[in-house]
Amino acid sequence: MNFAEIKSKLKNYTVGIAGAGGLGSNCAIALARVGVGKIIIADFDVVNETNLNRQYFFRDQLGQKKVAALKENIKRINPEVEIITHDIKLTEDNIVNIYKDCNVLVEAFDLAEMKKMLVETFISELPDMPVVLGLGMAGFGKSNLIKFRQSENLYICGDEESEVSENNPPLAPRVGIVANMQANTVLEILLK
Amino acid sequence: MKITLNNRPESFDKEQLSVAELLEIKNYTFKMLVIKVNGKLVKKNDYDSVQIKNGDDVSVLHLVSGG
Repeated sequence: MNFAEIKSKLKNYTVGIAGAGGLGSNCAIALARVGVGKIIIADFDVVNETNLNRQYFFRDQLGQKKVAALKENIKRINPEVEIITHDIKLTEDNIVNIYKDCNVLVEAFDLAEMKKMLVETFISELPDMPVVLGLGMAGFGKSNLIKFRQSENLYICGDEESEVSENNPPLAPRVGIVANMQANTVLEILLK
Repeated sequence: MKITLNNRPESFDKEQLSVAELLEIKNYTFKMLVIKVNGKLVKKNDYDSVQIKNGDDVSVLHLVSGG
């Protein structure tokens, strides 16, 4: 497939991204660059100085809502992508409704309990939705531990063990690897 | 019994095990787990009652923070 063919296929698809932090912002940018037709993003947070070590925002966007700032950044790269934003905290009561019409959903939360909420809600309520998870990416180095596996409709990217802590922070390189691995998995699902 | 655990074959001496017993044998002590048996979600309250039998397909996902 050449790029024109890839683009014309991707144009027809909608990708959901749950969270606009390190995983969500970088994954959205990669998908926008290659020309996914529509991206639905939800997050309740604002851009904070501590986010700039890994998230796709700029210093002059500090204090802005993440979904608004990310939409602006995507539009600067590829204005053809349709971006739907939800400035909302995702819960088990609203998440299915927001993402039910997507072709693929990218899990891009930071907290394990939010990841668990998403996985359990979709297995129970919308088991046919392909869900691409980012699991385990704290710290630096250990590139070879980052891997991919599929379990039915769950696609898992990450080392599945590096938990974020005070002395094991999430940083641009490893978070970026996993975010782009998630975007890569989305392409594989959509273009197969 | 023989089961599939996270896409890999595993053998156990017992004829069947509860989800809680399997987690103990395999040393899965993490709090944030999502468990599926034959594609069906098993909630934490059901770890003692749901039994795993020969031929079952079990998936244990450990959720770690970061993103």
